[in-house]
Amino acid sequence: MPNPLKPSERMKIPRQHSIEQNPEERNRNFNEVSFGLNEELALLEAKRCLDCKNPVCIDGCPVRIDIPAFINLIIEKDYSGAADKIREANYLPAICGRVCPQEDQCEIVCILGKKHDPVAIGKLERFVADYEMANKLFKSPVVTNQIDKKVAIVGSGPAGLTCAAELVKLGYKVTIFEALHATGGVLRYGIPEFRLPKEILDIEVNRVRELGAEIITNFVVGRTATLDELIDEMGYEAVFLGTGAGTPNFMEISGEHFSGVLSANEFLTRVNFMKAYAFPETDTPIKIGKQIAVIGGGNTAMDAVRTAKRLGAEKAYLIYRRSRKEMPARIEEVQHAEEEGIEFLMLTNPLRIVGDEFNWVKAIECQKMELGEPDDSGRRKPIPIKGSEYIIEVQNVIEAIGQKPNPIIQATTPGLGVSKRGTVVVDNKTMVTSRPNVFAGGDLIHGGATVILAMHDGKAAAASIHEYLQKGG
Amino acid sequence: MYKIIKKQKLSDTITKLVIESPLVAKKRKAGNFVMIRVVEGGERIPITIADSDIEKGTVTIIVQAIGKTTKMLCSLNEGDFVLDFVGPLGEPTPIHNYGTVVCIGGGVGTAEVYPIAKALRDAGNEVIGIIGARSKDLIILEKEMGEVCNKLYITTDDGSYARKGFVSDQLLELINKGTKIDGVYAIGPIPMMQVCANVTKPFGIKTYVSLNPIMVDGTGMCGGCRVTVGGKMKFACVDGPEFDAHQVDFDELIMRNRTYIDLEKTSLEKYEEHICNLYEKSLSGKGVK
Repeated sequence: MPNPLKPSERMKIPRQHSIEQNPEERNRNFNEVSFGLNEELALLEAKRCLDCKNPVCIDGCPVRIDIPAFINLIIEKDYSGAADKIREANYLPAICGRVCPQEDQCEIVCILGKKHDPVAIGKLERFVADYEMANKLFKSPVVTNQIDKKVAIVGSGPAGLTCAAELVKLGYKVTIFEALHATGGVLRYGIPEFRLPKEILDIEVNRVRELGAEIITNFVVGRTATLDELIDEMGYEAVFLGTGAGTPNFMEISGEHFSGVLSANEFLTRVNFMKAYAFPETDTPIKIGKQIAVIGGGNTAMDAVRTAKRLGAEKAYLIYRRSRKEMPARIEEVQHAEEEGIEFLMLTNPLRIVGDEFNWVKAIECQKMELGEPDDSGRRKPIPIKGSEYIIEVQNVIEAIGQKPNPIIQATTPGLGVSKRGTVVVDNKTMVTSRPNVFAGGDLIHGGATVILAMHDGKAAAASIHEYLQKGG
Repeated sequence: MYKIIKKQKLSDTITKLVIESPLVAKKRKAGNFVMIRVVEGGERIPITIADSDIEKGTVTIIVQAIGKTTKMLCSLNEGDFVLDFVGPLGEPTPIHNYGTVVCIGGGVGTAEVYPIAKALRDAGNEVIGIIGARSKDLIILEKEMGEVCNKLYITTDDGSYARKGFVSDQLLELINKGTKIDGVYAIGPIPMMQVCANVTKPFGIKTYVSLNPIMVDGTGMCGGCRVTVGGKMKFACVDGPEFDAHQVDFDELIMRNRTYIDLEKTSLEKYEEHICNLYEKSLSGKGVK
């Protein structure tokens, strides 16, 4: 056993915290908020692991990383081995170490967490991935097996990248088709630089490429070629759809047509994907006023409001109709937003957007809410308080109230089963759609979930595709 | 990278580019557009496909140099590349045999209505073309439109060529003369499309326009291109770009298209300053002061 400490000694070590950029500084730059754990802190944190006989943390992980094994390798200072161990289950550790909601997955079930704080599994994952990158220890595994069958992956987000990596490792010829001009899907257009630096994303995407997956950008499946053309004309024997949930919802209240009202998708795509923060050095513009409001309580809302603050908004409000407790965003993101000076207007519901004579937003009218009985989602339902309407002066309204799947593939693929919500219907275990050679996963089937769930689906689909193709297709 | 195979200046500001993209050439239909990014750091702009050649694997676009990106695009030469070129996007024009269809192009909009006129003619329609521009030098595709239209009318605002007046004047005249018209496609500047829609509305003539709102991705992701049609929110990139002209809120579209007008100006000024500097440098490099 590598851990020299007795369990009682391990329990005495407090949970270690990442080194972070000072909030007053970081809310004016796009550099990463958290620097992660250094080697000393990581070693200390790793020694907290009880190395349980029945490691329930593995069950908590959607891709079933062998968590105690990689933590033991950290204790042995075999960081490269630890990274390889994670990669057996998850080819994108530097990304997951940053954006996974570990507090709801592996860490929530950690036995240490029953009486103390759980092991900071996510931060350890990030530490080994970063250590490996910084010291250039990564060696691409050599794929020796060759299977002469082509598989098409649609979308280069977390689901697609994971599915591709798994299939390449099995020996398949894999092509990823990406509609945009750059890879990564939501990891690039959605998640800001200060949470997931593009450099890190580029490195992990390139590793999938290096492993042997071909990536074709500027190819919209459904338009440039239909799904059936991929199969019938281009020779792909199976297809995985991981096109995400990229179509934004709008509140459908009055005044949404005013200039200055944007979906969080548009706002984040302009800033993250098109680099509008560097305008006029880059060409895509963005206009952020002194006062702005973001509507919503999820991670996208947090990303949007923190981005707006960084672009110079003096007052950045987060408007959410329930209370803080019901917010779907990660606690860490909510805390970070608060530290950065975001003003939370909870139990507040937008009624209409008011424009000026130039058709620009000048205010948003809201009303106060109170919580009633739990609704279908199990969360207490917000009820308007009569006569509580009031006006907040803002020059931008950014709506982060959820996304739905892009409709292009569903509309151009006959026989593909689609739900009323526009999500593609799959078998929960095999990820197979209504068509035997077409599989799907990620936000496309969930309608807006997490990176790690998308990766789980990509991995499960890869196994099913393998099984399907081994049976002879 | 997508290679420019052929370049032709159609006027001082309007340039025809033939770009290599076999997949887009093969799939595109009348009414489709592409998103183009010229260089790294550049913006993505939508441009309607004017024509294609499946055998040669090329797509033709016609671009009017107005802002930084279109000026940059028009400054490229044969053999140069654009960084990104993706499509064909948008819903294609529904092509049926309607009977007699009037296809109206205003300015560079003629390049957008041309493939529609061609497809409608191929589908057996009687096609009447009306093309117009501010002045003679801005009239484009006269020969091409002449070939696909049973009858072609031309107007210029200043009277420097053909009939003096607007395309909508010609349209109204045709209607007043009692010409049987089963449908109208009007593509050009927003005010032109709006006037054409107002002309046909009292007569109940089905009229379609192709909208050009601000877009970022062009695939339904951002919602920046949302337009109000029949009181409902539509995304021009995936629900359009063609819509029933009598249902479109044109005033809203005009206002929304002004959202970044000051920043677009900044961007252009910076670019032109940069071009001037390059020019001066090239002169001084040759020893000319």
